[in-house]
Amino acid sequence: MTVDRLPFTRVAPPRRRVVDRVLARPSTAAVLGLAVVVVVFGLRVPELLAPEGLAGVLDAAALLGIGGVMVGLLLVGGHFDVSIGTVTVGSAALTGVLAGPMEWGIWPALTVSLGASLAVGLANGWLVVRTGLPSFLVTLATALVVQGTTVSALPLVAGAPRITGLDEAPGWSSASALFGSTVEVGGGVFPVALLWWLAVTALAGWLLWRTRFGNDVLAMGGSRRAARELGVPVRRTTLVLYLITAAAGWLVGTLALVPVASVAGTPSLTTAIDFVVVAVIGGCLLTGGYGSMAGAAAGALLFAVARRGVELSGWDARWSQVLLGVLLLVALLVGGVVRGRLRAAPRS
Amino acid sequence: MSTPPVLELRGLTVRYGGVPALDRVDVSLHGGRITCVLGENGSGKSTLVAVLSGLRRHDDGDLLLDGDPVRFRSPRDARRAGIATVWQDLAVAPLLSVWRNLCLGAEPTRGRWPLRRLDVDAARETTVRALERIGVTGVDPDQPVNSLQPGARQSLAIARAVHYGARALVLDEPTEPMTIAQHTLIGQAVLGARARGLAVVVVTHNPRYAHLVGDRFLLLARGQVAGDLTHADVDADDLTRLMAGGEELTALTARLQELHPELGER
Repeated sequence: MTVDRLPFTRVAPPRRRVVDRVLARPSTAAVLGLAVVVVVFGLRVPELLAPEGLAGVLDAAALLGIGGVMVGLLLVGGHFDVSIGTVTVGSAALTGVLAGPMEWGIWPALTVSLGASLAVGLANGWLVVRTGLPSFLVTLATALVVQGTTVSALPLVAGAPRITGLDEAPGWSSASALFGSTVEVGGGVFPVALLWWLAVTALAGWLLWRTRFGNDVLAMGGSRRAARELGVPVRRTTLVLYLITAAAGWLVGTLALVPVASVAGTPSLTTAIDFVVVAVIGGCLLTGGYGSMAGAAAGALLFAVARRGVELSGWDARWSQVLLGVLLLVALLVGGVVRGRLRAAPRS
Repeated sequence: MSTPPVLELRGLTVRYGGVPALDRVDVSLHGGRITCVLGENGSGKSTLVAVLSGLRRHDDGDLLLDGDPVRFRSPRDARRAGIATVWQDLAVAPLLSVWRNLCLGAEPTRGRWPLRRLDVDAARETTVRALERIGVTGVDPDQPVNSLQPGARQSLAIARAVHYGARALVLDEPTEPMTIAQHTLIGQAVLGARARGLAVVVVTHNPRYAHLVGDRFLLLARGQVAGDLTHADVDADDLTRLMAGGEELTALTARLQELHPELGER
């Protein structure tokens, strides 16, 4: 977006080596890791990169990516959200209950579940802002409340742990077009969730790097004291961050619900951990203050390729967790190198 | 003085959980004068800075800007009113670029909401100009602050305050150790601001430095004004004595010498 330098900045700008510049980019680790994983699994199981396999990978990556990017934004702001995974399932379950047994139209059901998600986000943000407690603990508490409510209330209301046949709800065709349509390319069925993923990543990147809100988020995560002293509305920014994260949780839940027209109240506390892993692999510092939305998107792709690759290789899918653990460790170490390149020791 | 003071505190009180950190403080800060605030830790210096720069709202009394009572809602408000601060911790986010740090809280934007976005070129230009104004050239505004040389954080904090301070400059002496060059830079900023007619407040621990630049000295003790002196009233040694706690230090010396005769006459 920047065109040419201002004339007077040309006065001997300290030159940095290209290697330094590349290594200083937070997304480098995710992109390199992605290349490695694609080459390794591409050679082992070529069907992974065939249209059909690719569609499966991208389908998984899209939902992970939407959550990962938003959690990444929150991490950059110096906060954490464990509850987004349970909000995802909880809001989908609410949509299902309203559109299924209660026989609402799908649009009113989606609106109400979005409202409920935002209410959880508001509660998270408000508690974090008011109490000043670590956001990990606060959101862990709300996560447990939401998860417990979902898992125990859903069978009571619906009579079964799974609600199906949502496609009979009024207004289903338009909702299905927006959240569940697919495109077939060369035998692979690509879901519309990919477009949502792209849109969310682009929007988050623009927000973070090109708006005043983004600058506030970066400063808040980098040094909360400095942000306060310079008049960054720390409380408002924190609240807004939790609200967008909750909205993203709702979006992920909806994108999972609509294609299959059914929803199950499954425990989902670990989903949030997946999102955090994706964001950290993508180069968002756990300590806040720096990160990359495109990196988080690449992290989601890496995550999805690794998991699908392990499955297609015929190994037990649970082995993919080991691989992800190692990847996370590598990402954390590379993150340390990045910070070293920036000669930084982020203050808490 | 014929012109009203730029900033005036009248019976200003700030309490932290019932305990007053500032207790009915009356001070007038006139344009073109440097007021040095001296006092021990916990005497209310930082609270005074917090109130002047909009970080903390006062509980009682009045804060007047050009004779009108004001109540800043945030440091952003104070900066908009032309009161800029160099904070004790410099208020710099280490991972962010120079321009993001300098413009933080007052970023130039273009476009209309919801498409309102940072005007990055204008922000870079502002940054380079603000730094040049205090004599720092050759800084790439896109560099992260941490990749700069030591001391650049001070320059950045000073350049920011000088750039946004149109009416008043508040300087809380940085806790980081400083070289002579950095002290000089701060001194220049302070004297330059006085020459431009700003009301300048300097919070310092160094009485000799205070005597060098200050026109007026405000001694704080336990949240109250313990002394309000002009340059003509005191010399640097008086200030040192007053600052070190005066009688208390004398009493301590006598007591220690009594208990430990080996100290002798030090």
